[in-house]
Amino acid sequence: MDDTPRDRAPGDSREGPGQSELRAYLIGIGLAALLTATSFWVATTSVLWAPGVAVGLAVLAIAQMGVHLVFFLHVTTGPDNTNNVLAVAFGVLIVGLVVAGSLWIMAHLNANMMP
Amino acid sequence: MTTIAAIAPGRHGLPPDKRIVVGYGFWTFLLSDMVMFSALFATYAVLTRATAGGPGGAQLFHLTPVAIETGCLLLSSFTCGLMTLAVNGGNRTGTWLGGAVTFALGAAFLAMEIREFAAMLTLGATPQRSAFLSGFFTLVGCHGTHVGIGLLWLAVMMAQVAGKGFRPSVQRRLLCFSLFWHALDIIWVALFSIVYLMGSIDG
Repeated sequence: MDDTPRDRAPGDSREGPGQSELRAYLIGIGLAALLTATSFWVATTSVLWAPGVAVGLAVLAIAQMGVHLVFFLHVTTGPDNTNNVLAVAFGVLIVGLVVAGSLWIMAHLNANMMP
Repeated sequence: MTTIAAIAPGRHGLPPDKRIVVGYGFWTFLLSDMVMFSALFATYAVLTRATAGGPGGAQLFHLTPVAIETGCLLLSSFTCGLMTLAVNGGNRTGTWLGGAVTFALGAAFLAMEIREFAAMLTLGATPQRSAFLSGFFTLVGCHGTHVGIGLLWLAVMMAQVAGKGFRPSVQRRLLCFSLFWHALDIIWVALFSIVYLMGSIDG
């Protein structure tokens, strides 16, 4: 066994088939269910400060996407996973640019138009 | 049965294992798919208030069916993971069981979504009614189409497991399918949060 970093296919876990991988899925479904239930509670309750609800939902959604990436897709910070993580990082960059850029431009469209 | 090839990929200087090349290629496709969805999300977000006097999200969305749909898709993502474990362990019965449950949950999700669409259409909330509804049906319909394609793919994979067994090419396709299915669930997380939950609060 040499310990040089090797590449790993996205979706494959380091441990290979076995108990630890099953545990990852169980932790994943538990956390995801918790975050989903919290999201639906946050959206329907009247206990919380209304203007903050949308931000809270966004945070919960991003957290749940992270849970899915780590526990279902086995994207980790390990050296054998660098390529997969860099691809995700690039994807996140483009998604952020498209969404934030579109909203920013469209929200200021009237003000920026020629008279 | 052979263990998964990814545990013992090629050493330095050798081309990487085909499972890694195929998986990474499909991973890149999925990320480009997410970029496409981000454009649809951006379109929807820009158009949410453009209801043209028609019904808005708060009038149209019912959170109970959406919660059940979410549960179905989340559970199917989990059972898809269990199916992957069975595939990697060379367990044929487990693969069929996991595939069948995943298929059933995905089909239940799709059936509920189609029913929701049908109910909206009978209310006159068609894609032609307003820019908001055009954006809604494009975004949610695109996700639903992906789920439908995923179901078809899963059925084909089950037939391949039956006919060809766990040969490496079938294992690679099953890996790609599981990536696809988990990615659809990630998109659904953004979808139920932004479209349904945020849509139901500002009314």
